[in-house]
Amino acid sequence: MVQHLCSKLLDGREVPEELRHWILMALREALANAIKHGNQQDLSKHVHLEMDVVADTLAISIRDEGPGFDPEAVADPLAPENRLKSSGRGIFYMRTFMDGVRFQRHPAGGMEIVLKKNLGAIKEKEENPA
Amino acid sequence: MKTNVREAGGVQVVELKGKITIGSGDVQLRETINKLVDSGKKHILVDMKEVTTIDSSGIGELVGCYTSVTNKGGKLKLLYLPPKINDVLTVTQLITVFDVYESESEALASFRG
Repeated sequence: MVQHLCSKLLDGREVPEELRHWILMALREALANAIKHGNQQDLSKHVHLEMDVVADTLAISIRDEGPGFDPEAVADPLAPENRLKSSGRGIFYMRTFMDGVRFQRHPAGGMEIVLKKNLGAIKEKEENPA
Repeated sequence: MKTNVREAGGVQVVELKGKITIGSGDVQLRETINKLVDSGKKHILVDMKEVTTIDSSGIGELVGCYTSVTNKGGKLKLLYLPPKINDVLTVTQLITVFDVYESESEALASFRG
């Protein structure tokens, strides 16, 4: 559902399929992180989502209602001792495939992740092609 | 995700089709491999050709399967990695952990070596 909404937002631009794939992957990782680790799968808690394209930059905000965490304390999945662990790669993938990933504790509570991707040279589709 | 397991030259070839993502295919992958390991199968070749999407949860399960098979004295190798799956394994340096093949016959022969 959320991926579909993001995809619809990108439909107005000529976003290459590969770029779209990585954006949707980062979005999935952020959502999974918010539900699983943020809200700890508590069905009474919500995930708040906003996304928009402003000045050629796609910005996606995902906020959970959990206690928050220190992103700098997350183990490096490339460290030899972590390479064969079965978890701990979600944030790494977000950072790899997006241009900007910011974590912050939201004033209303919970942890907010803001993902940014520069769509730069990608042109808006013409509304009424000749 | 759909799975199909067939035997070829003493190797269990696990064909995966679709998504291996959180809540959709990740647990199924683990259960399929665990079933093979529990029944004493030690040579497993995972055919990724028709995997469309994988996320960190799917990668985690793949790594878990690799460790599980290796710890039992077996071998788990990968066949036909689509470019995007290859990229996901490359950025986390897991591509150096797995033996990856582009030819089934070569992959099957490698288990005999």
